[in-house]
Amino acid sequence: MPLDFSNQTINAWRRENGRVGVRNHVLILPVDDISNAACEAVSNNVKGTMVIPHAYGRLQFGEDLDLHFRTIIGTGANPNVAAVVVIGIEPEWTKIITDGIAKTGKPVTGFSIEQNGDFETVRAAGWKAKEYVHWATELQKEACDLSELWVSTKCGESDTTTGLSSCPTVGNMYDKLLPHGIYGCFGETSEITGAEHICEKRAATPEAAAKFKAIWQAYNDDVIFAHKTDDLSDSQPTKGNILGGLTTIEEKAMGNLEKIGRTSTYIDAMGPAVSPEKGPGLYYMDTSSAAAECVTLMAAAGYVIHTFPTGQGNVVGNPIVPVIKISGNPRTLRTMSEHIDVDVTGVLSREQTIDQAGDALIDMIIRTANGRYTAAEALGHVEFSMTKLYRSA
Amino acid sequence: MSNIPQLLVHDHKDNVGVVVVEGLKAGTEMLCVVTHDNSSFKITANADIPIGHKVAIKDLTEGDTVFKYGEDIGKMVGSAKQGEHVHTHNCKTKRW
Repeated sequence: MPLDFSNQTINAWRRENGRVGVRNHVLILPVDDISNAACEAVSNNVKGTMVIPHAYGRLQFGEDLDLHFRTIIGTGANPNVAAVVVIGIEPEWTKIITDGIAKTGKPVTGFSIEQNGDFETVRAAGWKAKEYVHWATELQKEACDLSELWVSTKCGESDTTTGLSSCPTVGNMYDKLLPHGIYGCFGETSEITGAEHICEKRAATPEAAAKFKAIWQAYNDDVIFAHKTDDLSDSQPTKGNILGGLTTIEEKAMGNLEKIGRTSTYIDAMGPAVSPEKGPGLYYMDTSSAAAECVTLMAAAGYVIHTFPTGQGNVVGNPIVPVIKISGNPRTLRTMSEHIDVDVTGVLSREQTIDQAGDALIDMIIRTANGRYTAAEALGHVEFSMTKLYRSA
Repeated sequence: MSNIPQLLVHDHKDNVGVVVVEGLKAGTEMLCVVTHDNSSFKITANADIPIGHKVAIKDLTEGDTVFKYGEDIGKMVGSAKQGEHVHTHNCKTKRW
């Protein structure tokens, strides 16, 4: 009998702006690479904080700088985050970040290092971080509707088993939960290559199809052609994909698209780390196919749970968003089961249907939303990778 | 064990299937299931083929289009008889 999710609730935190978060992090967030050390010192001094060191944030300009700001602000604004301490080298860009996060209504305070030094900055930021930890740890969860979740997806270390089992499991979940009103998100522009004509047809409107096609064409013109190669074959399929049995980019792309199910259509195509603007439904996001970069961008757009099919065994996690791993490859379950949350090997042995696998994933989404640590969380996978569009000045 | 397939095929239009068990040996008579409608057939593996790798379910020769998911996923650049391994050594995208 099919499961009924219409009255399903989860216990989660409702934020000031009405969004629902499934984690309750106090972030120590650097604006730029040279503020990482101060942020790490604050996080070391004040327990219950999450620091997100990263590689960039100086001398960026134009669209690349916009993406940097959008990613950092979006990370702080994510509903899985209760409060944020921001540290940057100088006050102006620090203020851009704190002002952006403050729009959500959540507590955020910025500190800058110039004229203070690391010692004074760490002292002052430490007091604020401790205040936020006391405040956040007293916030109570409440019953929220399952339909209020924003659930993203991206697969990694794909092989032929992902297209047969774990990707259609995610697709089945979307086919069941999108009609209830969740937000979904898929992307991976380079990995759609080979099935772009099919992806185009899965748009809900001609406008969404045109936006997807423009994003895909720009990627091919600006990235592939500009770098003087007409061939992705050294990296798509990846060496891991090929070891897993995938031969061509078309084959990989077909498996990838299984993640959007049979009936789901996307209502908009948007840039990296852009928050969806057309209400509940499925969105296409222009992202790299690199796991940590893609999950980081979707988290910055506001998604609170990520579903991640893997064949050969990608181990990626994220600092603020639980990443649920799904695999149907029996060898991967035999050799690295500590990384897998949902075992769908039964789909390959024909002991489990895709419908049953989809229900198992939904069950795991509910348990994760209620607080269960994912494998990636338990194993300390906190990969945060900024997408860089071009060289800094 | 007899009902557990060694090879899965997405669609009836496909001319390759995917090995879904570890340690498949040449000479194994494989139970092949078409996931689209759960219909099945049997062919014999002509090589030791790793899990996840593709097997020709029809005789394929150079220039043939390879179908999986019912879609064109590339072309043969070598040959593979029924039961033989199809991968980067004999199959390639048509794109470049």
